Amino acid sequence: MEKVIFYILAIIMVASAVAAVSSRKMLRSVVYLLFVLMGAAGLYFQMDYNFLAAIQLTVYAGGVVVLIIFSVLLIQHIEMELEVAGKYRQTISALICLLGLSVFLATIYAHPFEAAGVTTTTTTAEIGRALLSFEKEGFILPFEVISVLLLSVMIGAIVIAKGGMEIERPLMKKNDPEKILQKNTKEKTEEKIPEEKNRCLK
Amino acid sequence: MNLINLLLIPAIPFAVFLVLGIFSHKIKPAVSGVIGVAGLATSTLLSYYTAWQYFFVVEKINGAYQTFVEKTLWINFTDTLHIDMGVLADPISVMMLVVVSTVSLMVHIYSRGYMKGDDGYTRFFAYLSLFTFSMYGLVLATNLFQIYIFWELVGVSSFLLIGFYYTKTSAIAAAKKAFIVTRFADFGFLIGIFIIGFYTNTFDFQLLNDPQGPAILTWASTSFMGLSVITWALILIFIGGAGKSAMFPLHIWLPDAMEGPTPVSALIHAATMVVAGVYLVARLFPMFYMVEDGFALQIVTYVGAFSALFAAIIAITQTDIKRVLAFSTMSQLGYMMMALGVSGLEGHEGVGYMASMFHLFTHAMFKALLFLGAGSVIHAVHSNLLQDMGGLRKYMPLTHITFLIAALAIAGVPPLAGFWSKDEILVAAYANSQVIYGIGVFVAGLTAFYMFRLYFGIFWGKEKKYKHTPHESPASMTIPLVVLAFLTLTAGFIPFSELVTADKIGFEAHLNIPLAAIAVTVGLIGILLAWIFYKKENDLANRFASAFGLFYKWTSHKFYFDEIYLFVARNIFFKNVAAPIAKFDRKIVDATMEGIGNQTVVLSRKIKGWQSGKVQDYAFGFMGGLVVLIVVFIYIFSN
Amino acid sequence: MIPGVSINEILTLTSILFFIGVYGFITRKNLISVLISVELILNSSVINFVVINKYLYPELLQGMVYSIFIIAVAAAETALAVAIIINIYRRTGSVEVKETETMKY
Repeated sequence: MEKVIFYILAIIMVASAVAAVSSRKMLRSVVYLLFVLMGAAGLYFQMDYNFLAAIQLTVYAGGVVVLIIFSVLLIQHIEMELEVAGKYRQTISALICLLGLSVFLATIYAHPFEAAGVTTTTTTAEIGRALLSFEKEGFILPFEVISVLLLSVMIGAIVIAKGGMEIERPLMKKNDPEKILQKNTKEKTEEKIPEEKNRCLK
Repeated sequence: MNLINLLLIPAIPFAVFLVLGIFSHKIKPAVSGVIGVAGLATSTLLSYYTAWQYFFVVEKINGAYQTFVEKTLWINFTDTLHIDMGVLADPISVMMLVVVSTVSLMVHIYSRGYMKGDDGYTRFFAYLSLFTFSMYGLVLATNLFQIYIFWELVGVSSFLLIGFYYTKTSAIAAAKKAFIVTRFADFGFLIGIFIIGFYTNTFDFQLLNDPQGPAILTWASTSFMGLSVITWALILIFIGGAGKSAMFPLHIWLPDAMEGPTPVSALIHAATMVVAGVYLVARLFPMFYMVEDGFALQIVTYVGAFSALFAAIIAITQTDIKRVLAFSTMSQLGYMMMALGVSGLEGHEGVGYMASMFHLFTHAMFKALLFLGAGSVIHAVHSNLLQDMGGLRKYMPLTHITFLIAALAIAGVPPLAGFWSKDEILVAAYANSQVIYGIGVFVAGLTAFYMFRLYFGIFWGKEKKYKHTPHESPASMTIPLVVLAFLTLTAGFIPFSELVTADKIGFEAHLNIPLAAIAVTVGLIGILLAWIFYKKENDLANRFASAFGLFYKWTSHKFYFDEIYLFVARNIFFKNVAAPIAKFDRKIVDATMEGIGNQTVVLSRKIKGWQSGKVQDYAFGFMGGLVVLIVVFIYIFSN
Repeated sequence: MIPGVSINEILTLTSILFFIGVYGFITRKNLISVLISVELILNSSVINFVVINKYLYPELLQGMVYSIFIIAVAAAETALAVAIIINIYRRTGSVEVKETETMKY
């Protein structure tokens, strides 16, 4: 029974992931990501990691995806079609990825994993105690570091998003920096090297 | 004996050269003149002191003057074959110090007046100091390689000084010619040095000249094409000396070298640099004399005698006064070489060597005097040519008297210096071969003739129209003339044979009355003929010239040697050897190098595209490389 | 541990998700799509940690606690990335990857 559920979840996740990276509409891509994240939460529930699953749903599915959706809404029209890369690039990337995948799989299947068959449930109390304990198995240091990191990220995000410089006109196609750079490099390569004058023997 | 002085003597002009050269823009011309003269005066005083010490104070061993050497190792090839740098005190080197110092000091003082107002005044004094330093190094050298180094340095200084007026194309051409011809001769010199180094395993003069040393003891052991290898080496070294001393056929640069300022001609091309060749043969004299019974020495004699005759004939017909003096120098150098050639080694047989050195000494004095006097005349008349001058004795009395003294000296009139030295040469020649003696006497007559032709042509005869009335030169130019005239008058009485001889033991020289009488008579005949032809303006000279016809034409064009050399150089060397090589160099070698450069640029443009600035491309490369590396390391290497 | 499912299968799943994320990162032309691909990669590595913890060392807690940290860091990073994207949009008017190419040759 569990196996079936696992396989369904797995198929949903893989299909959504593929759709997420190949969809031409922005918002659909985000929603597919949401499905992947929820599938992952489902996996955690199956593995009896309830706390982690809850966090996954709250932070990832609730926070990150909402954040991305907000940015999508801010930035462009929802109906706009996205470009995809050329065929050449797609095939080569796919090949590389497949190659890497086969390497991973070969390594995984070659290694004898000894699965311990015990089933234990981890309670939230245990997790809490582990996060704040000073002893050998304690995670107090990473906990504090993470909190500092989150603080700095908050400050950084505010500073970056505030801007503070003058707001440029949108769609500055005339003064496209890339085009200016292209023009400059073209000028330089067309300089000719002057020929050396012949010196006569006199 | 204190050898520190010997190290100081070259060091002072070198320091002056550096100071004047580096600060030439900041020093005022007058100051640089004073610095040059002061530096050289110090060196001169030190040279005189050294000479006095060496000849009169230091003890002789077994009646012979000792050789003092101070040297340090510079480059080590093998245990015995190494190049040292050092100083050598020896009768001829100390004598040369005195000669070089005196003439150089006179030229320095003279130049203060002659070069006044010239833009390159400081540069001139810097070059003069460089030359003096090089000449000192040359005479004080302890081994063949050191003398070669300073030989080249002297050549460079000569090049710089001949081409001093570098805006004149003729001066530049003359400088190049001098340098290239002497360089060509030095090629022979270098090969000679290599041969000697290879077969005798040493460059050192003391070891080479030692009768028990590797060169002289074993010369017969290896031979090549009938002559010993040491003889070949000596002949090649003599070629180097012949180039520097303007012996036939490497004489072509000396007349052209008169393009330089007159003090330069006086210093370099009369008194000091051109005698370097003679000095070299004198330095290696024991080897020349003893190897293969003096075969190389015979070549020296013939070349010297022929050059003397050749130059004297040409000098009769030249119209530029400096050219006359140049050929006269060549002729006197031939005399010196000839004297060395006929000399023996021990005691009285060494009279030729002694005479050669004596003549070098006196010739330096009166030839420098002649050149400086000519400079004085040129300065007054603004022209080099004989036809633009005449009757100058009224305007330039001091120059006139000193020039006359020098002309009498070179003609061999007693009791001036030239008589004593020339007489000794003729004595040595007579003892060796009648033919050489005959040539010597004939050249003495010709010398008197052309020198007095010059004298009468400048100071007597009809006055020409001058742009402004000629006036006597300033004191800075006449004081050296007076000093040199005094030396010319008195130098003949120096007992040279007691001081400078081939085996370093002094002997008493006697005056051979019959031979002296013949020489003086021939000289007086020459003066008389010149009087008849040139004292008053008349047509006698031209009639004689047309009587000789074609021969006269050839002589006045210096026997067309310049044209022959130019033809050979242009049509054979430039057209057929140098031009194809140059073409090869441009078309193939340069094109290859440039091609490699171009390909690098093309390749780099292609690779440049990899830096696209897109993070995705970088990630792509990263992932791809990572995967490949994992595959390689896990699956291929661990099997 | 999930009864009936061996560890290899789950590891296979996460590897597939990882490489789909890599493919998306390399291929997509929109900055937000790139961000989504990065989320996929991170997510797959989180599952990996958890699975190994659950199957091989069930009595320990490290894997799970560490996963919490990873999730926190991923969220923080996404927030910053969004802020930067908005800034780029303000400067150049579009969110294509082309706009960030100024470090080219």
